[in-house]
Amino acid sequence: MLTIAVSKGRIYEEALPLLKEAGITPLDDPEKSRKLILQTTRDDVQLVIIRATDVPTFVEYGAADLGIAGKDVLLEHGAESLYEPLDLKIACCKLMTATHKDAPEITGRVRVATKYVKTAQRYFASLGIQAEIIKLYGSMELAPLVGLADCIVDLVDTGNTLKANGLEPRDLIMNISSRLVVNKAAMKMKHQAIAALLEQFEHTLAQR
Amino acid sequence: MQQKDSWLLPDGIEELLPEDAKHLESLRRKILDTFACWGYELVIPPFIDYLDSLLTGSGHDLELQTFKLTDQISGEMLGIRSDMTPQVARIDAHNLKHAWPTRLCYVGTILHTRGDPLEKTRSPMQIGAELYGHAGKESDLEVIHLLLEMLAITGLQNVHLDLGHVGIYRALSRQAGLSDTQEAALFDVLQRKARPELQELLDGFNLDNSIRNMLLKLPELNGGKDILDKALNLLASANQHVKQALAELNAIADSLTKTFPHLAVSFDLSELRGYHYHTGVVFAAFVPSVGREIARGGRYDNIGAVFGRSRPATGFSADLKLLATLSKTTFGAKQATLIFAPALNEPELTETIRALRANGQAVVQQLPGQIGSAQELGCSAILEHDNQHWVVKPLTPSIA
Repeated sequence: MLTIAVSKGRIYEEALPLLKEAGITPLDDPEKSRKLILQTTRDDVQLVIIRATDVPTFVEYGAADLGIAGKDVLLEHGAESLYEPLDLKIACCKLMTATHKDAPEITGRVRVATKYVKTAQRYFASLGIQAEIIKLYGSMELAPLVGLADCIVDLVDTGNTLKANGLEPRDLIMNISSRLVVNKAAMKMKHQAIAALLEQFEHTLAQR
Repeated sequence: MQQKDSWLLPDGIEELLPEDAKHLESLRRKILDTFACWGYELVIPPFIDYLDSLLTGSGHDLELQTFKLTDQISGEMLGIRSDMTPQVARIDAHNLKHAWPTRLCYVGTILHTRGDPLEKTRSPMQIGAELYGHAGKESDLEVIHLLLEMLAITGLQNVHLDLGHVGIYRALSRQAGLSDTQEAALFDVLQRKARPELQELLDGFNLDNSIRNMLLKLPELNGGKDILDKALNLLASANQHVKQALAELNAIADSLTKTFPHLAVSFDLSELRGYHYHTGVVFAAFVPSVGREIARGGRYDNIGAVFGRSRPATGFSADLKLLATLSKTTFGAKQATLIFAPALNEPELTETIRALRANGQAVVQQLPGQIGSAQELGCSAILEHDNQHWVVKPLTPSIA
């Protein structure tokens, strides 16, 4: 039995076609059902529906054999105890800094509001800028508006939320897409099943 | 928290209650007895040591993991061991100095400043065996056999053995002429088998095409024994070291299949666990339901050089606490008979108790005025006087 951890929402939606090519279609819709474990059309595969930031944790411990997680989550979590063999090229967006339209260039110490504490710390350190990080769990865009921070670090897709709040994206930190992650022990002990699945995904991706 | 909860233990520090402690201790004895039967002699290295000595040479990876304090006598920095392997290597290189193969084993608590990201514990009980003074595959095989024997004693089922060889990556990265920074970046990517990142990284390195392709294929070289043949093809233009490493793995695999036909064995040529001190074959044991390896080991030649003598070495270690937790269910709670003796000061009773205990039986004597019955004390037998002698009678559970 293979267990795949997926988060609800965009990643789930965009992963469905990929999973379908591998013969995996969930029997329930997580948006309608309250079930956390979804059986699929394949007897040997089940999905667990969890929060995006929990995917690396589940896979690390082997509670799920595989998982689909954004690169942003993996960077922040620190993924050296996982394998991440495939870029699924889904749920693509950009990790960027953003601030007021008319904010001056950053000099000296900077206050940054973000939920990506470690990633932001590393990024600013790589530029030689001392950053004071304020951890927020949501509504990042508000922080520069109310003077809580000089800028934010967040995922940008269309940029509409930023625009609506009078902010603009500044520097690109990294292009983000979802990765397939694999538990290290599962990769060894369930090698055949996982290798076959990897090959199938790779095949589908190559045709896109 | 208004007042400090004085029962609370520090993060990652645990205590074992009687039942668990008993199980762990019985496992410890069985394993050490087995090691002894294989000719591995027990050594007891110090719990605390000069920091320099703990971190010398191969130990530099342990810097962050080692608790440090100042010696009030000498002013020197001391460290609490975070790994016993370097200490045991020092014993072999500096104290014993045998010219012949030396077999040593050890068990003891080690401390880590940072818990293992998965197990969370900061005080594992490391148990292991090391074989010094032989460089061939035979010594690697011996310690692998002993590792499997240890796991068999713990009663763990469906053990899976993973084999790798750090010499392959080392030779390839030398052949590619990578700088230290490049090598560190490559190491990070390979550890995660992050193939998309690997491609990007190698493109930036400006390497010769054949070496680039070989490095690119490395994360794919894992699976059953067939990947060794695949590796021979894909790594055809690699230098002699790589071919030698593959030949070693092949030989070990063949021998293991003969000795343990039912053992699940897999290979992973980009497995870099312990890369900074290992020099050859590396191996790890897995069991279903645990998301990481439960025992690990491999070859680490020349570790003793800093202590005065360079010797080939190979060995393995595991966390006994983890093994005990995993094997608890397989053994179940087998309760030994505990005999209850009344609180009487009679020479004949005292003599009977002494004889029973000398015979290895457990007797607990009631204390005058104590509360709690024989049952409550966990006894399943009682000493009774039958007109002539004190005799052991089974205790029938009262139908209260």
